[in-house]
Amino acid sequence: MSAATLARTVGASLATGKRAERSLGSLAFQLVLLVCLLVGLLTLATLLVDVLRKGVGGLDASFLTSLDSRFPEKAGIRPALVGTLWLMGLTAVISFPLGVGAAVYLEEFAPKNRFTSFLEVNVANLAAVPSVIYGLLGLAVFVRGLQMGRSIMAGAMTLVLLILPVIIVATREALRAVPDSIREGAYAVGATQGQTVWHQTLPAALPGTMTGMILGLSRAIGETAPLITLGALTFVNFVPRGPWDRFTAMPIQIFNWVSRPQSEFQNVAASGIILLLGVLLAMNGVAVYLRYRYERRW
Amino acid sequence: MAITTGVSLTRRRTRRVEALVRRLLLLCAVVSVATTLGIIGSLLFEAIDFFRVVSPREFFTGTSWGPTFKPATFGVLPLASATVLIALLGTAIAVPLGLGSAIFLSEYARPRTRALVKPALEVLAGIPTVVFGFFGLTFLTPRILQPLLPGTGVFNALGAAIVIGIAVTPLVASLAEDAMRAVPFGLREAAYGLGATRRTVSLRVVVPAALSGIMAGVILALSRAIGETMIVAIMAGQIPNLTLDPRQPMETMTAFIVQMSLGDTPYGSIEYKTIFAIGTTLFAMTLVLNIAALRFVRRFRERYE
Repeated sequence: MSAATLARTVGASLATGKRAERSLGSLAFQLVLLVCLLVGLLTLATLLVDVLRKGVGGLDASFLTSLDSRFPEKAGIRPALVGTLWLMGLTAVISFPLGVGAAVYLEEFAPKNRFTSFLEVNVANLAAVPSVIYGLLGLAVFVRGLQMGRSIMAGAMTLVLLILPVIIVATREALRAVPDSIREGAYAVGATQGQTVWHQTLPAALPGTMTGMILGLSRAIGETAPLITLGALTFVNFVPRGPWDRFTAMPIQIFNWVSRPQSEFQNVAASGIILLLGVLLAMNGVAVYLRYRYERRW
Repeated sequence: MAITTGVSLTRRRTRRVEALVRRLLLLCAVVSVATTLGIIGSLLFEAIDFFRVVSPREFFTGTSWGPTFKPATFGVLPLASATVLIALLGTAIAVPLGLGSAIFLSEYARPRTRALVKPALEVLAGIPTVVFGFFGLTFLTPRILQPLLPGTGVFNALGAAIVIGIAVTPLVASLAEDAMRAVPFGLREAAYGLGATRRTVSLRVVVPAALSGIMAGVILALSRAIGETMIVAIMAGQIPNLTLDPRQPMETMTAFIVQMSLGDTPYGSIEYKTIFAIGTTLFAMTLVLNIAALRFVRRFRERYE
C-alpha cells in the first residue's frame, strides 16, 4: 500500500504541473509525512500479527468455558467473559437514557446562559479526566458511600460516568445535524417542542446516537484501570450470577495473565486479547454499518 | 364550547408533562456536574485526611517514596518525575507523528486514501491500553529495545513512553486534522495563486492558521499521557526511582494507584488515603492542562466558525 500511495501522491503533485512540486525538498517532505502515518499503521499491524501468532493456538472451546487456573493449559476466560457481559449490559442500559437526556437538554432545550455554558465546559473537561480517577470516584462513592461493595453494579456505575461525555458529545452532534426545517415543519402543524423532539428530531438523530453509544461502550469494554482501582478481583474462580456479585472482567483478566511470571501465560493473555479485540471489532463494525446504512445527508 | 375546553385541557396537560420532562432532562445534564463535584469531593475528602498525617512539605519535596516501608516515606518526587518524564517523551513522539499524519491526510491524501486510513487510525485509537501494554512488554522491549540499547531493563520507562506515544498519535492526528480542515480554502488558494508549493502551503499557511487547534491537541495529548495507566503499570515497572535514565524501571503516579489497589488496602488506612492523595495530585495536573486545551479550542472556533 505504501508504494502505491506514494506513487499516487507524487503523481498528484506532478499533475499540478509545477516543477517546484518535484524538487527534492518537496518529495522529501512528502516522504516524511508518509513515514509519520506509517509508523502508527505499521505498529497496529505488527501488534495484531504478534497477538494472533501467540494467541490463536490457545483459542478453543475449553478456553471460553473454563475457569481461571494456575496452570496455563487449563486457564479459561469464562468468569471474565460473563463479568464483561454483565458490565456492558448494565452500562448500556443506564448510560443510554442519561446520555441522550443530557444531550437533548443541552441541544434542544437549554437556554443560552452562563449555566449552560458551564455545563458544556464541564462535559468537555470530564472527557479528558484520566480513567483511573473515575476508579477513585467509584471506590469512594459507589463502593463505600452507597454501600454497593466491589460489585458489578459499582463497576457499571463507574463506567457509566466514564462514557457519558462520549455519548453526550456524539448525540449532540447527531441532533445538530438534523436541519431546522424538520423542527419548523413540526411546529407549523402545531406540535409542541417536546412532541417535536420525541417524534421528529430524536428519531432522525438515532443512527448518530447509536454510533455514539457503541463508541462509548467500546471505550468501556477495554477499561482496566478504573475497575482495578475500585477493587474488582483479579483472580476469580466463580461465574458471577447477578449485579451484586463480585467480579472480574476481560481486560483485568488479561492484565492478570500478563503479570504472571510463567511465560506460557503470555500466550493465554494473547488468546484473551484476540477475544477482546474480536468483540471490539464487531462493535465497531456495527457502528460503521449504522453510520453508512441509516445516516441521512440533509 | 365543550370541545374548546377539552382541547385546552389536553393542551394544559401536555404542557405540564413537558415541563416535567424538561426538568428530567435537565437532571440528566446535571449528572455531569455531580460527577465533577463527586470527583473533587471524594479526592479531597481522603487527601485532606492524608495531609493531616503527612506534611505537604514532605509530600511535595521528599525524594523517597515508600508508604509501605518501615518507617514509611512519602516523598512524591520519584513518582511525579517518572510521570512527567514518560509523558513528555511520549508526547514528543506523538506530536510529530500525529502532526505529520494530519498534514498528510488534510493536504495530500486523496479522498480514497483518506477513507482507508482514517478508520485504521480509529482502530489504533480504540485498542485497549492493556493490549498496548502486552505488546510493549512481550514484543517492543525484548525484541527491539533491548537488542538496540544495552542496559535496558525488562521494565523500563523508554518502552512505555514509545508505546504511549503511538497510542496517543491518533488523538493528535484527529484534532490537528480537524483544525486544518477548518482553515478556509481561500487562504490556500491565495498561496497557490502566488506560486507556492504544497509544502509551503502546508507549513506556512495551513499549520499557522490552525495553530490554536493544533496546540489544543498537543496539550490534550500530554494530559492523556500523564493519566495513562495500564501501559506504564505493565511496562515501566513498580519501583519508585528518581532518575532521568529512561532505560531504567520507574513507577508513575498512575502505576502506584494500580499497584496499591491490587493489594488489600483497608478502608481508612494510610495506604488507602495515599491513593487519594496521589489521585488529587494527578487530577490537578491534568485539570490545568485540560482547561488550557479548552481555551485554545475556543480560540480557533471563534476565528473560523
